[in-house]
Formats: sequence, structure tokens, C-alpha cells
Amino acid sequence: MTKKTRAIVGAGALAIAGTLLLSGCGGSGFDDSGDTADGGLTSSDDALNILIGSSGEAETAAVEEAVAAWSEESGVEAKVSVANDLNQQLSQGFAAGSPPDLFYLSADSIAGYAGNGSLAAYGDELENADDFYPSLVENFTVDGDFYCAPKDFSTLALIINTDLWTAAGLTEADVPTTWDELAAVSKTLTTEGRVGLAFGAEYQRVGTFMAQAGGGMVVDGEAVANSPENVEALEYVKSHLEDGTFAYAADVGAGWGGEAFGKQLAAMVIEGNWIGGAMSADFPDVNYIVAELPAGPAGQGTLQFTNCWGMAADSPNQQAALELVQDLTSTDQQLAFSEAFGPMPSISSAADAWSEANPDLTAFLTGADYAQFPPNQEGATDVIADFNAQLETLKTGDPQQILDSVQANLEAVIG
Amino acid sequence: MTTQVSKTPRRAGASGLRRGEGVAGWLFTAPVIIILGLFLFIPVLMALWVSFSDWNGRGSPLSSSVDFVGLENYAAVTTGGGLAERNFGISLRNIAWYVVLVVPLQTALALFLAVLVSRAVLRGRGFFRTAFYFPSVTSSVAITVLWLFLFSTTGVVNEVLSWVGITGPNWFNDPRGIFHIGLSAVGVDSAPEALSSGFLGISWWDWFAGPSVALFAFMLMAIFTTSGTFMLLFIAALQNVGVELGEAGMMDGASGWQRFWHITLPQLRPTLFTVLTLGLIGGWQVFEQIYTGTQGGPAKTTLTPAYLSYQAAFQNQDWGQGSAIAFILFLIIIFFALVQRWVLRERPVSKRRAAQYQVKGQKP
Repeated sequence: MTKKTRAIVGAGALAIAGTLLLSGCGGSGFDDSGDTADGGLTSSDDALNILIGSSGEAETAAVEEAVAAWSEESGVEAKVSVANDLNQQLSQGFAAGSPPDLFYLSADSIAGYAGNGSLAAYGDELENADDFYPSLVENFTVDGDFYCAPKDFSTLALIINTDLWTAAGLTEADVPTTWDELAAVSKTLTTEGRVGLAFGAEYQRVGTFMAQAGGGMVVDGEAVANSPENVEALEYVKSHLEDGTFAYAADVGAGWGGEAFGKQLAAMVIEGNWIGGAMSADFPDVNYIVAELPAGPAGQGTLQFTNCWGMAADSPNQQAALELVQDLTSTDQQLAFSEAFGPMPSISSAADAWSEANPDLTAFLTGADYAQFPPNQEGATDVIADFNAQLETLKTGDPQQILDSVQANLEAVIG
Repeated sequence: MTTQVSKTPRRAGASGLRRGEGVAGWLFTAPVIIILGLFLFIPVLMALWVSFSDWNGRGSPLSSSVDFVGLENYAAVTTGGGLAERNFGISLRNIAWYVVLVVPLQTALALFLAVLVSRAVLRGRGFFRTAFYFPSVTSSVAITVLWLFLFSTTGVVNEVLSWVGITGPNWFNDPRGIFHIGLSAVGVDSAPEALSSGFLGISWWDWFAGPSVALFAFMLMAIFTTSGTFMLLFIAALQNVGVELGEAGMMDGASGWQRFWHITLPQLRPTLFTVLTLGLIGGWQVFEQIYTGTQGGPAKTTLTPAYLSYQAAFQNQDWGQGSAIAFILFLIIIFFALVQRWVLRERPVSKRRAAQYQVKGQKP
């Protein structure tokens, strides 16, 4: 008996000691976050840690170079690290109380981190705050607070294979500007083993039709997923999935729209800016143009995707981080990034120079004027994921029923 | 003390001459106790605490700002009625089909391969052993990538199927349950009224959909990769099975199948238990294939509880729910391991069975 008791006491002591040890580790680091400067930002001599989720060598090099240049000028040390799994590494940093000072943050994870107080809302402190496109600012605004500076953005447009286009007897004047025209050219372009228009089976593509019909997911803080406009949009998509002129990328055997386009399994796709890199790397022989998406019953509509420079609430040197963000989102720097690895600048003052440098891609930029964005409320990611799961079976499903279930889920997270 | 020692001489280690040995014992086991405690025991306890708390991923879970919320997280995923419950239901549906089909099949295949390569007459045994074991030593991430490639719409598998006139499915993008496909072939396309109610937010019709085509491809992969490992265990066990009983069986006129079923297999019972337990645990915990392969798609049909737990915690910052899912999974695994242990227990020979071996006319 005594031995057993002692074993229990021993185990208990071990558990308590370990717990104290761990709480000691976790507890430090987020109470002593430097002196608070004006405007609620901390300031100290600490070096900055920057965590990015890089698309490749070019992006890493460009960011490292820009940060190094700023570091030299300002005298604040700064180190750029590339994350393998950004979400996981960020979560670890926040849990440990020692997150990176600045990091890439996607629009769909901002609500979660903002909700648990991990982020510093520094948007209004930015000197160039008014220069950002309003829809991007809205995208990073949670509960009225403009959290972080949009790093860059992408929109969706209609990518057209020009060789297949001319082979089908179509001219530049035939580029569709309405749903009817889109259906007509898709029909013309559809041949054995090739569909007219392909896109991913997800809200992040199909949602453009909802925007064009005048619908959307959240309008003025209200969930409107099952609005008649959205139903009309899904009915339109469904009817053309049925007649075979539209198809999901997966159904023609491609991983995503860009692959379907590159392999010429589809003559047109709905994709974003990123398709340029994929085409030049994997399918350099395919000629294409980028056109604006056609207007639906309610006018033009597209979706935008963006990341921002998130700043940690626990960062001891937020003032320096703010200055770095201002530098990284400045007109010249964004144009330099654009040249190095292709993103679209998030500020309107860079628009003219960008359009001049990328005359073939202006359709993406004009999309910014009428772009919607996926709901960014906490928990909305799950709702969209569930919506996407149902969209995969849209061809045999009932649009009204699908949207009703999305509405119920969305109402639950919007509250 | 002395009286106690005389009463229980075997427990004398704590006192007298042997006191030093007790300290030495603790000293020698201390490294393992500390390592296991620090990296296993305490993290598990902390995760348990997180599953009962409202910790949101910022700062220490043990700090004063984190509150105890009772069974709230568990309720959200089991009775919440929302998306969390539905997702958990879907993941349980998927993994249940996965386990039900993978575990018996991989065990049977492993045993079959082990028996094959253990036969003395087989030429090139070493080669086959290595070949069968090879998938097990390859990283599962590499195999997953290979599998995505083989099972793509225009991949090798569909090419081979087309030789025999079958149009292969779009494997990793096909969310249809295999039983639903079978039913629609005979004209049943929607749920009969009786199956429209459900459990955990999933209708019975969907519970009985069977694994989706995508999950089925993962199941083939699991069987392919793990049967090699288990084959090795069975080979080792088969080498311990003496030939005498087999020969005795032969003298009694038992056929090869009878000898295997009644003589060899019962002697493999401990190994069978190990293999089934390991298979069961591995099956319930499928994660990396999903993480690298499909992230739960198409239409959530490859969502597993382990992946859902990761998603809830790391992507949605619902750490409490993530831990709750992990502990429910833990309980499920324990439960099935116990059930299986009970099923495979050593049983005394029943009277009816014993009677078969009695010489007729003689009383037992």
C-alpha cells in the first residue's frame, strides 16, 4: 500500500511540477511587451521577426531584399522566415506568447485570430490608409476595426484560349459581356473532349455568378445566402453544367481551372492573377487573353482574394513594425513586388503604373471596382467549406435547398 | 517497520539494507519517467484541460484568463445541432467505414502474404518478403502523392480499367458513396422515408452511403502500405509455430485448410490481437494522407476525426473543440480495443466442442 501511495504522490508531484514549468514557459512573453507609445502601439529596441508563406524563391528573395533595405535605413534589425505551414506556425507562436511581429495573414483566418485577441488592429495608424482600395479595407475590417494593411490582392476574370477561340470562328467582338453571350460562346467552344467554360467546384469561383446576379453571402451584416438572386445564379450554372457547356475542373480531370485551361480541356476558365505564373511555367505554348467576367442580371461582379500584413498584439516593437508595413505597402515597393513575383498592388496610387506595365492583365485590376469578397466572420470558413461540399453535387442537386442549408449555417456564425 | 518487513518480505525494498537500491531504481528510471512525463503525460493532461476550457489559442492554457466551461466543447460537436456536429458526424461516418473495411482486409492480406512467403518451397522468398514490405518503409506522404497520380482521371488505374472496357471514376474527386452508386444502378436514387431521420446531423441514408470513391482509393492505399508491416509480424509468429502439431494433424488426415484453420491460426492468436489492435488504432487516426492528399474533400467524404480536430484547432482557433474531438476519438479507440480483446480472449474449450473429441461411448 505505502508503495502505491508513494507512486501516486510522485506522479502528482511530477504533474504539478511539470504544469508549473509549462505555465512558466507560456506565461512569460506577453505581459512585458515593451513600452506603449502613442496610439497604443508598443515600442522597444527588439528586432523584428517576419513570417511569410512564400509562393517561391522569387517572392522570398524580393521580400528579404525589401526588408533588408528598410532595416538598413531605419537601423532596426529584422529577420524574414518562410513558413512551411503558416497557420500552424502562427498558432504555435500565439500559444507560446512569442509570435512573429509581422506575418502574412489570409482574409479567411483573420476573424479567428482577431477574436482571440492575437492581432493588433493598426489599420487606422497607417499613413497611407486612404490609399488602399475600399473593398480591401472592408475585407480586413472585423467588428468595425481596420486590422491590417492589405499586402496585395487578386480578382477573378475570364481567361480565354485565343487559339481555340479563333479556330471556332470567334472574333474579339464576341468576348462575352452578358450571361447569354457567355452561354452562346461556351456552346460554340464545346467540342468532343473539351468544354467551353471550366471552373473549380467551389464558392470561390461559382460565387462570381452570385455576385453578377446581385446576390452575395453577407450584405450589411445580414446573411443573405438563400436570396432569389443567388438561386437564379446557381440555376444558371446548374443548367449549363447539365448541358455540358460548363464543367467543374475536377470533372474534366484537372486539379484546378488553370490545369484544365493549360491542358486545353476547357477553352475558357474563371481564374485569378495567379494563373499567369502557372501558364508560363507549365504551359508556355498556350495563348490566352484575360477579359472581364460578363455581367449578370444585376451587372458586373467578381470575387477578390487578399492577404494582409498581420501584426501580433504581443509584439514588443509594433511601432517599428508599422513603419516597416508602410514601407512594404508603399507605391514603389508594391510595384517592385509586382515585377518580381506578380501580385497586384493593393493601393490605388499604383494602379496606373501597374496597368502600364501589365496591359494584358488590366481586366483583373478593373475587377477591384465591383469585387465582392468571401465572408470573413469567425466560423465562416466552415460555412464556405460546407457550401463547397454541396456545390460539388450541384449538377444533381437543388439550388434552393443547397442555399437554404448555407443560409442556416451562415446565420449561426453571423449571429 | 520490522514487523511489516517480516509480514511482507517481498516488499522489503523500501528499507534496511536494500534502501540504496530503491534510490538507484528511481535514478535509473528517472530519464524515461521525465521524458515520458514531459512530452507525453503532461501534454495529454493539458489537452484534456483544453477540451474542458475556453482557451482560444493565445498565451498559456493555464493562465488565469482561461475558464472552465465543463462539457460545452463536447456538447458542441455531439449535440450542438450546428455545423460542428454535422462535420463530426460526417468524419465519424467516413472513419467508421474506413475501419470496418480496412482492418479485416489488411489483416487477411497480411496473413495470406505471410503464409505465402513462409513456405519453404517458395523460390526467391527473400525477394518477395522485401517487395511486400517495401511500401511500409516508404513515407506515407510519398505514397499519397504517388496514389493521387495513379488514381487521377487520366491516370494509370483508369487506363488499365479501360483495357477491359470499364470507364474508371474520377477517383479523388468523386464524392458518391460506393453503396449509393450500387443502389442507383438498380434505380434507387434517393432516401426511402424511413432513412431520412438521422444521427449527429447526418441522415441514415447518408450514414449507409458507404465510403466515397475518393475514400475508397485511400482505403486501397492503406491496405497496400500496412499489410507489409503486419506480414512481418505474422512471419515472426509463424516461425514460432512448431511443425509437430501440423504433422500430427496430417497423421489424423486433416486437409491443408483444416490444419491452417484449426492448428496454425489458433496459435497465432496473440499476434492476431496485436495486428488487429494496431490496425484499429491506425485506422481511427488517419491523418497525413488526408492532410497531404485531399484536405477532407471531395464533399467532405475523406474528412476524418483526426483531420477535423486539426482543422478545428489550427485553422478555426477552436482549440477546445479540437481537443474534445481528439478525446472522443481516444475513448472510441479504447472502447473498440477492449471489445476486440474480449472477443479474442482465451476461452476454455466448450462442452459441446469437447464432446466432439471424445471417443464414442466413453463418458467424459
